[in-house]
Amino acid sequence: MVEQGKPVEFWRWPETNWVNPDIDWIKGEWITAGVDVGSVSTQAVIMVDGEFYAFGNTRTGSDSPNSAQKGMDYALEKTDLKLENIDYCIGTGYGRVNVPMAQQAITEISCHARGANFMYGPDVRTVMDMGGQDCKAINVDDRGKVLNFMMNDKCAAGTGRGMEVFADLIHIPVWEIGPRSFLISREPPSISNTCVVFAKSEVVGLLEQGVPENEIMAAYCSAMAHRIMELLKRLGVKEKFVITGGIAKNEGVVKRLEKELGIKTAEQAWANPQYREKNYPFDTQLAGALGAALFGQSLLELGKAKSVRKT
Amino acid sequence: MIANYGFNDASGDWFLILNTDKCNGCGKCVEVCPVKILKVGPDEIDIFREEPVAFVKHEERKKIKYHCAPCKPGYGLGLPPCVAACEPAAISFSDGWKACFKDSHQ
Ligand code: SF4
Ligand code: SF4
Repeated sequence: MVEQGKPVEFWRWPETNWVNPDIDWIKGEWITAGVDVGSVSTQAVIMVDGEFYAFGNTRTGSDSPNSAQKGMDYALEKTDLKLENIDYCIGTGYGRVNVPMAQQAITEISCHARGANFMYGPDVRTVMDMGGQDCKAINVDDRGKVLNFMMNDKCAAGTGRGMEVFADLIHIPVWEIGPRSFLISREPPSISNTCVVFAKSEVVGLLEQGVPENEIMAAYCSAMAHRIMELLKRLGVKEKFVITGGIAKNEGVVKRLEKELGIKTAEQAWANPQYREKNYPFDTQLAGALGAALFGQSLLELGKAKSVRKT
Repeated sequence: MIANYGFNDASGDWFLILNTDKCNGCGKCVEVCPVKILKVGPDEIDIFREEPVAFVKHEERKKIKYHCAPCKPGYGLGLPPCVAACEPAAISFSDGWKACFKDSHQ
């Protein structure tokens, strides 16, 4: 558990990066990158001819340009690739217009749809993008094209940021909330407030009453599941159903949502059998950046974008 | 593609629904919207679409409740101006809203 005397950042997911050992980028024709600057975390994905080559997943820093740079540096870290070798880079997410190395910005709705199509396969029909700042329900076709999307103006309680505020408040690492929310003797009523400020005071109230922490976590997760549910019911959720973004990693929310919907989310694994076999890391947070990199590839192939590669 | 921009007020969840397949980019909705939250420009979702399309401005999406709610029955007169102005009927609202208009408009 928590070590004494060491400051703990309860809200922070561990940062990760990776390079594909099976790809030699020098042999590739097009190298594209996608940088997804969210309000909570930033991901950069690099692809070689549309194959997954490298990624970096970092915490968003003080501003978007800085975060994008950090994400990109982290993705490049384990490779011998340099920024100058990249043909085309696309920014997406909340900070997409402030990605200094990007030639173009594309909305995260399109990028998550496209990325989910690549990661989970062409049979994906509904994508729920649970970002740090907001959430969007998206119906897609077999090419990952957006058919219908739904967003709302609600504040941060039902988002990654809300979950982080909550983790910090009860001093429990964000990755423990999911598993611990099931260590309860009975399912408590949901947190009733969906506004982050009110939800916070409600949680404080429950803590003061001596309600067990695990039960409060269960109540918070179920409130979040319920809110996502409202959007999905309206949109019309179809299988294969996937959740992208950080909340997808929180089983406390996902399992409760599945139960309420009566639909299971697809297994978090690559559709591509080779990727599965080789155990390439699968991270639901990468969908946006991956989709952006794939758009770069398509734009280059169609002659709608020009390579900026220097060496 | 169908874009749903939602908001929630005391009376429930509401969605402004824009069917981009029907939209011809004429810009009439932009002109008539009293609070100027709509815009016509390149399709940001379907980046391969060549024709311009209407959408809700980014900076307004989180505040759409304050803008569109006053167009609701009881506040506004008749149909919301954007819906009334759109000839190809590309703009509509979620069912709850339509129900409120049933008596005066079809
Ligand atoms: S409902 Fe009213 S405020 Fe909202 S977009 Fe239409 S005209 Fe503008
Ligand atoms: S009035 Fe209708 S067709 Fe014209 S731009 Fe607006 S939504 Fe599109």
